[in-house]
Amino acid sequence: MRFVVHSLMPILQVEELTTHYRTQRGWVRAAEGVSFNVDEGQALGLAGESGCGKSTVALSLLKILPSGGRIRKGKIIFDGQDLVPLSEAEMRKIRWKGISIVFQGAMNALNPVYKVGDQIAEAIKIHEHNISGSETKERVAKLFEMVGIEPSRADNYPHEFSGGMRQRALIAMALAANPKMLIGDEPGTALDVIVQAQTLRLLRDLRDRLGLSMILISHDLSIIAETCDKVAIMYAGKIVEYGDTNSLFKNPQHPYTQGLIKAFPSIKGERVRLTSIPGQPPDLLHPPAACRFHPRCPYVMDICKKEEPLLLEHTEKNHNVACHLY
Amino acid sequence: MESKPDSQNDTQSRDVVGDELLRIENLRKHYPLRKGFFETLLSKNEQTVKAVDGVSFSVGKGEIFALAGESGSGKTTLGKVLLRLVQPTSGSVHFQGRDITTLTDRELKPLRRLMQIVFQDPFESLNPRLIIKEIVAEPLRVQRIAKGEAEVEERVKKILSEVELFPPEEYLYRYPHELSGGQRQRVTVARAFILDPSFIVADEPVSMLDVSIRAEIINLMIDMVKKHSASIIFISHDIALAKHIADRIAVMYLGKFMELAPAQELVDQPLHPYSQALISAVPVPDPESKRTKDVISGEIPSPIDPPSGCRFHTRCPYAHERCVREEPQLVEASKGHYVACHLYT
Repeated sequence: MRFVVHSLMPILQVEELTTHYRTQRGWVRAAEGVSFNVDEGQALGLAGESGCGKSTVALSLLKILPSGGRIRKGKIIFDGQDLVPLSEAEMRKIRWKGISIVFQGAMNALNPVYKVGDQIAEAIKIHEHNISGSETKERVAKLFEMVGIEPSRADNYPHEFSGGMRQRALIAMALAANPKMLIGDEPGTALDVIVQAQTLRLLRDLRDRLGLSMILISHDLSIIAETCDKVAIMYAGKIVEYGDTNSLFKNPQHPYTQGLIKAFPSIKGERVRLTSIPGQPPDLLHPPAACRFHPRCPYVMDICKKEEPLLLEHTEKNHNVACHLY
Repeated sequence: MESKPDSQNDTQSRDVVGDELLRIENLRKHYPLRKGFFETLLSKNEQTVKAVDGVSFSVGKGEIFALAGESGSGKTTLGKVLLRLVQPTSGSVHFQGRDITTLTDRELKPLRRLMQIVFQDPFESLNPRLIIKEIVAEPLRVQRIAKGEAEVEERVKKILSEVELFPPEEYLYRYPHELSGGQRQRVTVARAFILDPSFIVADEPVSMLDVSIRAEIINLMIDMVKKHSASIIFISHDIALAKHIADRIAVMYLGKFMELAPAQELVDQPLHPYSQALISAVPVPDPESKRTKDVISGEIPSPIDPPSGCRFHTRCPYAHERCVREEPQLVEASKGHYVACHLYT
C-alpha cells in the first residue's frame, strides 16, 4: 500500500527529447526537442494526429523503440535518474516497476492460448522471483478487483472476455509490479463510447486511489480534456502548445490547437457545418522549415517560414505556445 | 389489414420530407451459426446471430439518414442488406417502388447503378494494382454506360474534379499508394458517384482518417449528395458527427431500432435510456464537463441470444418487470420522434 502524496514534485522531466528513425530514405524526425514534466499523481495528455510523434515519445520513455529508432538527444529524468544513458539491464528495472505501459489495440495484446489470470501472474513472477503460488493468486485476485473484474474470471481465456474486460485486464497487468507511472497509448480508442467512458473512469479512479502518475496519449482531445491535468499538443514531431488543461481548452492559442478543437463535432449546441484544417500533416523525412505548421496555417507570416518559434509562456501562466503570433 | 406494425410504417413514411425513396419493412437478417457435426445431430433448434431483427423505416429523396450504435448493433449488416449485398432472411426493401429483395440478379443489375457504397477503409477498398482512372471507371465499364475510351476518360476527369482532386489529369495515372488517406477517400467518393446514383450507403466513411481532414471529406460527401440529389445512409458510431450532418438519426441496439428522430432533437432530447447513455458517454472537449454522470455498466450482449423483452433491459437503469417480459414497440412519442421503450407507453 502506497500513500498518496500530493507534493506536486515532477516525477518525470523530459528535456529536449529527440528521437529519429533510420530508414532507407533517411532519418525520420519523429520527435524533436520535446520537453515536458509530469508531476507526481498528475496526468499529462499527449495529443495530436497520427504521425505527430506522440507514440514515439512514449516508446522513448521506456526505451522500447522499434529497430531503427534512436534517441539522439535529450534527457528523460524519472524519479531523479536520467534514463537515456541506462543500459538494457538497468532499463529492465525501470519498466513495469517504475513506468508501465498499456498499449493501443487492447483486443490483440493478450495471448489467446493462456488464461488471463496466468498471464498476469507471469508478470508478477518475473518481478518478484520468490513469491509463492498462493500469494501470486491472491495478488492477481486483488488486481482483478482493482480494475473491476470478478476475480473468479481469472481462469477464463481472453476470448471469453469482452473488449472492455480485455482492456481492464491489460490495465491490471500493467499494474502488476506496482508502477509509479502508467502510460496509456490510445486507451479505449478501439472501444465503443460507453466502454471507453468506463475505461477512462477506471483510469481516473486508479490515479486517485493509487496516486499513480499518468501519461495519456490520444488523438481525441475530448478524452484528454476529461482525464488530464496538463496537455501537450504535438504537431509533426514537436510540441506546439503545452499547458494546464483548463487554460488550454478555454483559450487555445496555437492555430493548430484551435483548428483541431474546432474539427471535433460537438455533441452539444447547434448544428454547424464542420470545419477542417486544410492540407495534410507533413512528411517527417523532410519536415517544413521553421514553424512546421506554416504550410497549413491560416495566419502564416513571413517570419514563420524563416524562424522557428520557441515554446514560451505568453499571456497566461503555465501555458506555453510555440507561435510567432504572440 | 390494419395490423399494428403496418400502421407504424405508414406514420413513419409520412415523416419523410418530400418523396419517399426507400421503404424498409420488418427487415431481418439472421446468420446461421456454424456448428460441429455432432452438435448439428444433437441439438434441435438452430442458433442464429440476429444481426438485424425486425427493422422498419423509410428514407426520403435527398435525405441524409444516420444509423448510430455500438459495434455489434447490426448497423453495417443493415446497410449491406439495403443494397442487397446481403440477402435478408425476411422483410422487404422497396426501392423506387420495387421490392429489391425478390429481384433476380439480372433484374437487379440496372438498379445497381443507382445504389452505391463508400467503405470505411480507403486503404483496403481500393485495388492497389489499378490506377485511379481504372478504379473510378470500373462502374462505367461494368454497366457499359460510356461509349468509347474518350468518353470514359472525360467522365472520370469530370467526377475527379467534382471531388476536388484537381487537376484531374494529375491523378488519372497514379496508384492508390501514392495518395494520402483523404485523397483516397475522395477517390472512393468519386467511384460511388460516377454513375449518378440516387442512393448511397456510407459505412463509417471517415473513422479511419485523421481528425483534421475528416470534416472536408464529410462536407464533400454532403455537397455531392445535394448536387446529385441522392439519399445517403450514413453509418456511424459517432453520434456527435451524425448530429451535425444527418436529417434523421436511428439508434440501433442488438439489431433493432431503439429510437428514431430528427437529428438535433434526438441528440438534444433523447427519450430512450440507451440513447441517453450513448449520448452522455460522448466525451466533450471541455475540462469542466467531466463525465461525472453515471456511465451505464456492462457491454452489448451477444446477438445470438438477445435478452428477452426489451433487449436493453439488462443494462437499463429504469428496467422493471414488464421490460423483461414484453418487447416494446417503436411508437411515436412526439411528432416524428419514435421510441421503443415501455417508459413511453
